[in-house]
Amino acid sequence: MENYILKLENVSKTFENTNVLKGISMEVARGEFITFLGPSGCGKTTTLRIIAGLLTPDSGRVILDGEDVTALPPEKRNVNTVFQSYALFPHMTVAANVGYGLKVKKVAKNEIAQRVEEMLSLVQLSNYANRRPDELSGGQQQRVAIARALINRPRVLLLDEPLGALDLQLRRQMQLELSRLQKKLGITFIYITHDQEEAINMSDRIVVMKDGRFQQIGTPDQVYNQPRTAFVAQFVGNANIIDAVVRKSGEQATAMVGGAELPICATQLPPGSRISLACRTENILLGCPGGASAVVREKSFAGGLLRIELAMENGVSVVATRHGINFDAEPGQALTFDWDKENVVIVEKEEQR
Amino acid sequence: MKKQWKWSHAYLAAILALTYVPILLTVVYSFNESKITSVWGGLSLKWYRELFSDRDLREALVNSLVLALCSCGAATVIGTMGALGMEKVKLRANGWIEYISTLPMMIPEIILGMVFMATFSLMGLPFGMTTLIIAHTTFCVPYIFMMVKARLAGMDKSIEEAARDLGAGPFRLFWDITLPMILPAVLSGMLLAFAMSFDDVVISLFVTGPKVNTLPIKIYTKLKTGVTPEINALAALLLVVIIAALLLSNFISAQGRRRQKRAAEAQQAEAAA
Repeated sequence: MENYILKLENVSKTFENTNVLKGISMEVARGEFITFLGPSGCGKTTTLRIIAGLLTPDSGRVILDGEDVTALPPEKRNVNTVFQSYALFPHMTVAANVGYGLKVKKVAKNEIAQRVEEMLSLVQLSNYANRRPDELSGGQQQRVAIARALINRPRVLLLDEPLGALDLQLRRQMQLELSRLQKKLGITFIYITHDQEEAINMSDRIVVMKDGRFQQIGTPDQVYNQPRTAFVAQFVGNANIIDAVVRKSGEQATAMVGGAELPICATQLPPGSRISLACRTENILLGCPGGASAVVREKSFAGGLLRIELAMENGVSVVATRHGINFDAEPGQALTFDWDKENVVIVEKEEQR
Repeated sequence: MKKQWKWSHAYLAAILALTYVPILLTVVYSFNESKITSVWGGLSLKWYRELFSDRDLREALVNSLVLALCSCGAATVIGTMGALGMEKVKLRANGWIEYISTLPMMIPEIILGMVFMATFSLMGLPFGMTTLIIAHTTFCVPYIFMMVKARLAGMDKSIEEAARDLGAGPFRLFWDITLPMILPAVLSGMLLAFAMSFDDVVISLFVTGPKVNTLPIKIYTKLKTGVTPEINALAALLLVVIIAALLLSNFISAQGRRRQKRAAEAQQAEAAA
């Protein structure tokens, strides 16, 4: 047996002259909770539909548990999907919905009844077995959809933004329930979302996607703290992306940022190289003696954070955030800033198109 | 203000009277003992007895039912398959195909009737039940096609995908999921097609043979000699059937509303928790 339950090999897909997927490859480990994160149109749903078999890739292979399933229709794959719209069968009761996968596989009636009961108690819907989907709330429908997929004991469960239609409070609660369910059952989850918080809270690994390509695959910690590209740094959390030029390389590297020399993470790039630096807004230290000098351009308060925008020479702008609203700086005032070199990462910036 | 209120009531009463007084009169006069329609001769079930003992009329009714059921059944299969097929296969010509398929509804019946007659005689088909069924099937198809197509367009495609994802092959998918979901549209299309076939006079007159009479043709020929109380009785009976069908369909949609109410309650309970 291989270590990987699912393998994508150079998968690409084109719709009407648009390259939705540009040759993606990855491996998913057994029992892993993996999240595809990206803005809408990045190709994450297409990837999921290719894994489910609802779409056939133009090229590349999908390997499930060592078997090439690229050409198999969805009904022949041991993979199940929780759809964004839940897609419950409106003319069947909750119990019939949940038992449908087993009924199609001709499992004995009493076994179906027993497993449906188990599944419904797992998602806390035992009292709703005889209701129709249109008699349930959004959260309940969601749980029916999950139960209906999980009852088949799939190798991989695919979840397409399953919490997208729920309100914030319910979404938080369902995030916890889903993580708990996944750990309990040990089934591999492939989860799609455009919500970075959801991705960070639930996943073992996050795949950040943009324009049909993987930007970075890594643990939430890696993706948050060591973003590989400017896009990842800005999409997962808020980071400054600052153009700079290497001044000194090696362990004690520095770079010129808007006319000031600041320490950066260790690099072997030769002095004079043009680079992009990512530094999270909360890691910008303000009012440090010996730091880079700048001028406060703007101050605004949103989402519990005070946002201070600083302007430097050569049009470089840096944003810092602080908790609370008490920070003594007015627009036009001069202010120095600094950062710890551990918090500064060199990122790839995309070619301008 | 008060005057306006009164006027609106009078207006409503006038419109309702215009629609329902003739119908009511027909029903009332079906119980009239007298043979002359305009003279009231006391209550009687005489005309109903006469109606049921009229062999010609009974035969015409059976013909009409057979015709409506056959053409409506054939049209249901053709129309539903057409709508399903157009949903599955996306052709550039789909818009045109849809337009052409529904065109027979716009063509005046008299022209359709002529065209059918010309075609059937060209083909050498003997006029009678067969030609009636072919003609009625043809003009029934668009009603079912349109109804089913509208239903399919409003359906969440991921429901069918979910069924395949859960292991249903094309055959099971159709019987377990697609058919039950489009059934309300198929049934209402059928009802409409049935009504269209059952009361058609014009096209039937063109394509029927000398020996086959449908109920509308029979009524039409009888009326040439004036409205008989027997026809009033027949009309009254048909009205009862139609009202019963309406009540049934109301009852079914009321059940749907009850379910939606429970969903709203569940939603509130969840928000409160």
